[in-house]
Amino acid sequence: MAFVEKKVSADAPVAEKALAWIDSRFPLTTLWETQWGKYYAPKNFNFWYIFGSLAMLVLVIQIVTGIFLVMHYKPDANLAFASVETTIMRDVPWGWLVRYMHSTGASAFFIIVYLHMTRGLLYGSYRKPRELIWLFGVGIFLCLMGEAFFGYLLPWGQMSYWGAQVIVNLFGAIPFIGPELSLWIRGDYVVSDATLNRFFSFHVIAIPLVLLGLVAAHLIALHEVGSSNPDGIEVKEHLGADGHPLDSIPSHPYYTVHDIFGVSVFLLIFSVIVFFAPEMGGYFLEANNFIPADSLKTPPHIAPVWYFTPFYSILRATTSEFVNFLAAGVVLYVGLIFVKSKLASLWKALALVIGGLLIIGFYTLDAKFFGVVLMGVSVTILAGLPWLDHSPVKSIRYRPDWHKWVYVVFGVAFLVLGYLGVQPPNEARNLVAQVCTFIYFGFFLLMPWWSAMGTFKPVPTRVNFKAH
Amino acid sequence: MLVATCAAGGVAGLATGAAFVSTFQPSERAKAGGAPVEADISDLKPGEMKTVEWRGKPVWILKRTPEMLESLNKTDSEVADPKSDKDYSMPLPKYCKNQHRARAEHTDVLVVVGICTHLGCSPGQKFQPGPQPSLPDNWVGGFLCPCHGSTFDLSARVFKNKPAPDNLDIPPYMFLSDTKIMIGKDENGEAA
Repeated sequence: MAFVEKKVSADAPVAEKALAWIDSRFPLTTLWETQWGKYYAPKNFNFWYIFGSLAMLVLVIQIVTGIFLVMHYKPDANLAFASVETTIMRDVPWGWLVRYMHSTGASAFFIIVYLHMTRGLLYGSYRKPRELIWLFGVGIFLCLMGEAFFGYLLPWGQMSYWGAQVIVNLFGAIPFIGPELSLWIRGDYVVSDATLNRFFSFHVIAIPLVLLGLVAAHLIALHEVGSSNPDGIEVKEHLGADGHPLDSIPSHPYYTVHDIFGVSVFLLIFSVIVFFAPEMGGYFLEANNFIPADSLKTPPHIAPVWYFTPFYSILRATTSEFVNFLAAGVVLYVGLIFVKSKLASLWKALALVIGGLLIIGFYTLDAKFFGVVLMGVSVTILAGLPWLDHSPVKSIRYRPDWHKWVYVVFGVAFLVLGYLGVQPPNEARNLVAQVCTFIYFGFFLLMPWWSAMGTFKPVPTRVNFKAH
Repeated sequence: MLVATCAAGGVAGLATGAAFVSTFQPSERAKAGGAPVEADISDLKPGEMKTVEWRGKPVWILKRTPEMLESLNKTDSEVADPKSDKDYSMPLPKYCKNQHRARAEHTDVLVVVGICTHLGCSPGQKFQPGPQPSLPDNWVGGFLCPCHGSTFDLSARVFKNKPAPDNLDIPPYMFLSDTKIMIGKDENGEAA
């Protein structure tokens, strides 16, 4: 096909001519229109739908502030602590602001992403046909956790050092290859300069590249199938004469204005934290991290930053006695699959084999390995949601009322695990954490059954919308 | 032709990948940094502990009092591996395979790598017996790991049902004199 230059009238403004010249060579207008300008989104979004845009904003904040921090930071075990606490925080003009924006941005990112995921959970955003959007999202969450972990070592404070020590040693719990694997990750027999340098590389280039790719995939997939909405119904089933869904509206200018309002509120809160409480009482920046790393002395109380604590509590709860309960849980679960599921016998056989292997593992391998496994599964199990949820409706609005209590119990268990993760361990707290661990996994693993139980409310054909 | 090209390309690709994977291994410099260290314990009174650095890790030297040694009889039944049959990251020196986990000529002196066998934190000293936060009421003295709450007795043996699976590592060591200890080396040579 021959090249066709887009036609513009001779007296058109220069900008229009320039755009036509570009559009003939690159689909600029098409990209804008498919990805945002003429992307038709359901008109009944509520405040839960702001967090996707806010996550994009925080991503930009993290990248921009990160670029400027790298200009002054020294990834060297002898210089790193001073380059953060002295150079950036005291000597570089406004360096403290850039650093606090970056450190507050990290916590803000997790708050927003947790809320974004809660939205998905409440309104069934992960259900067919949006499984891939959800999977890309889980990938983004894993990348964020990696970013947060690698980045936390860089200030080279006591918490940086011992946090990295603990997490790298998690890999050491893997049978047979573990010790060599953690040595390979550290690049030295202890967390050292070699570790710092590679973590720096991961934090500033490797993971961000993957993250950006996943964000692009997340958005492309979303704009391909279209957004879900609080009613959990498919707006594309009712098209207007123009071929667009009747209940949808182009994102620009309607949602542009919505989002600008949301961004303003967010930036207001963000600024208050950056200027008045950047350490957030030790939750955003931990007190022990103002002490330079000391490889001979672990701080008396160490805990990860708040956003990791629910998963960390699950790790800590897995003791050698708890393994007995896990084994009982596995037996019951495999039994349930056999009695109550409609899966093909091949899958049932697979469940039996995996259950058997787990039980053998429970009593031959160290409990600490299963702590690591449970912690890993507690995050990755999210990827299974599209296939675990068998509810006939997507949105919580049309589920039986008692389902809401299931979500509340799960949410409380998650928050309790998070709270326990920042507290020093003791017997009673450990017991609570173990109960919450069972609730956490029960929520997901029993979902194929409970999500289909009860009397569901009739789902409307058109969305609920009140003009304001 | 196609298969041969793919095979040749695949081999080159794998070899290049392996080179990148290898860059993650400890450098020659890091490998060379494991020399034995000498420690002077002439200033250590019974009940006191000092920490020296060996291979980047803390090594504790604890001079135990007779009461502290007596407490090991009580903990024998409460620890997961009283006879130290299981090794963690280095083999237990044969001369330390006893209740005191120490050399026969100085049973009171405990030399141990202060790195928790769970996830590598350095446990803290809890030598004071009796009930206290994070510890059981019948506590007789020992170590508490701040990270996940594992507890160890005064021979650095892990208590039962704790996240840590093994007793703390005992490095090879020998007495050069009554007050000088060589850590990381004994009559049989340097630690692996």
